[in-house]
Amino acid sequence: MSILPRAARPFVTFPALLRANGFAVAPEQTTAFIEAIGLLGPKSMADIRRAAHATLAPPPERRPAFDALFGAHFLGEMEMGDQLAAPEDETVRVQEERARGAEPLLSDEVNEAGQDATTAEALSARRFGEESDFEILRRFARAAPARMPRRPGYRHMRARRGTSFDTRRTLREAVRNDGDVMQLRRLKRRPRQRRVLLLIDVSGSMKERTETHLRIAHALAHAVERIEVFTFGTRLTRVTRAMRLKHRAQALAATATIVSDWDGGTRIGDALRAFLAVPRFAGYSRGAAVIVLSDGLERGDPSAMRNAVTRLSRLAWRVSWLTPLAADPNFTPQTEGLKAILPLVDDLADGSSVRAVCDHVLNLQESQFRMSAA
Amino acid sequence: MAPRGQNVGIDGPEQLERALRSAFYLADDGLATAAYLALALGKPLLLEGAPGVGKTEAAKAISGVLARRLIRLQCYEGIDAATALYEWNYPRQMLAIRQAGDQPIDIYRDEFLIERPMLAALRSPQEAVLLIDEIDRSDHEFEAFLLEFLSDFQISIPERGTLRAHERPVVILTSNRTRELHEALRRRCVYHWIDYPDAEREARIVMMRASSVAESTARAVVAAVGKLRREPLTKPPGVAEAVDWAEAATLLHARGARWPDAFKRAIGVALKDEEDLTYVSGRLDSILAEAAA
Repeated sequence: MSILPRAARPFVTFPALLRANGFAVAPEQTTAFIEAIGLLGPKSMADIRRAAHATLAPPPERRPAFDALFGAHFLGEMEMGDQLAAPEDETVRVQEERARGAEPLLSDEVNEAGQDATTAEALSARRFGEESDFEILRRFARAAPARMPRRPGYRHMRARRGTSFDTRRTLREAVRNDGDVMQLRRLKRRPRQRRVLLLIDVSGSMKERTETHLRIAHALAHAVERIEVFTFGTRLTRVTRAMRLKHRAQALAATATIVSDWDGGTRIGDALRAFLAVPRFAGYSRGAAVIVLSDGLERGDPSAMRNAVTRLSRLAWRVSWLTPLAADPNFTPQTEGLKAILPLVDDLADGSSVRAVCDHVLNLQESQFRMSAA
Repeated sequence: MAPRGQNVGIDGPEQLERALRSAFYLADDGLATAAYLALALGKPLLLEGAPGVGKTEAAKAISGVLARRLIRLQCYEGIDAATALYEWNYPRQMLAIRQAGDQPIDIYRDEFLIERPMLAALRSPQEAVLLIDEIDRSDHEFEAFLLEFLSDFQISIPERGTLRAHERPVVILTSNRTRELHEALRRRCVYHWIDYPDAEREARIVMMRASSVAESTARAVVAAVGKLRREPLTKPPGVAEAVDWAEAATLLHARGARWPDAFKRAIGVALKDEEDLTYVSGRLDSILAEAAA
């Protein structure tokens, strides 16, 4: 750093400050940042700020934090607390996980003596009980990769009996045989696993089962590709990133801190509407196997729930609504909300036990075939 | 490695902003700066933002300012090298082999090569702007494959060897952020998040794009659109929808419709989703009344 002119030092130390605060900044971005400042003059602080935005590329949802750090570093402002705090309001809000928010939980260090408090301890606001249905989940995770619903992908692979010709390979072989085509090579579409979207109700009425459902989500998140997990109650929270943590206890603890509407009321319609209003989230449900784990006891307006489920069912490949109320074989939906969505969902099935949920997920593909054969 | 930076004849973000304005695109300071830096540093420009904020329009305007052809590569799930880079014309190769008989023939000449957007941009970097549109729709494999192209501007064709650009082409990537892009891709680019323009600038955009629209109409439309964007709609109206709405309402007004009514009857060009329409229908009158005030 000593070879740099004195005036350039703040520009080199700023990326270091960003890294310390969980932004990913590569050395080449630092170089680009300094070059950009040179190109722009700089005539004012605004030039430097714009150069920082363009070259250091903070994700849009962390822009306020980035600007606060920028202010603190270059202008000596100290107002970080205000900028980082989120406003509180009554409407259903979408919560995005902070990119690196769950990081301390990744640590595998266990402080046996308990002399230093670890972050993981402090964050476990809600404790989960002892392992249950452990064996079922393990078998489920083992069986899941092979039994997830699939669709033909857009990429091709070699196949003996394929639907299209592999012109490239055929030609290469023809060149070897003086231009004679001895055998037509074929391609077929490579099957691709459909995205799985789990929407887990964490409201008060589902209190008993929330933990089990999150365990199932965790098992599934590690067994299959392309999965998204959201929780909803009075809010909608994306917990996919927390679910990716390898250790179940850590994943559940991380989820416990991210989700802030445990055991509250349910506004399913509003939560689903919030889900569909974010194009990025709505995109997750396109062509996906959507599994809703909820009792469908809606506190809000049932028509909002009906509209949202209508849209969801149009986007998704299949919507399964698993409710604990359906454990009884003679179950017929009684609540207004469930009655309204009955014709819209593909399955309204038993979600009362781990086994029931796991079996349903594993049989999604087959039940689809059964439906189309009938 | 291709030489960095381009002599594009643009000196500073202010000049680029003026040039874009004459190409009928109103860029804010952030966008003008990011675009200028991308051109000057010879890096790709990555534009992210909600649908309908004018990402693709920005690319078109930049190609207009540079007086270059816009080569557009629309991404989709399953896009692969054969669609993005090059493809051999197999039937012609096969025929050529047949025709040649005993004569030796090179079936990997240019005439058998079908140029796709990325190869086309690489071969004529001074004449083209490459727009890789909606990169978030492609899958991860394609994104990884793009990395090589964007950092070294070279393409390997096994039969021909490596093709390298003698100058860095101007590349613009857009993303609707339907999924997170890879960090490595963001790192190689100059990044700009396009937000909805503020009311003042959006009104100017509406008037510039639709010359028949009066200023008061433009302001009312922009205020109403701003309110609609705060509702939890499936498809919030973008800038293009605002322009269309103002134009449609002006047209209806000229045919004799009264003012708030003209807006209301033309709502179909702003909200294009049946459920969104039912959702706001009850409050549309009050939204329009507030906007017109």
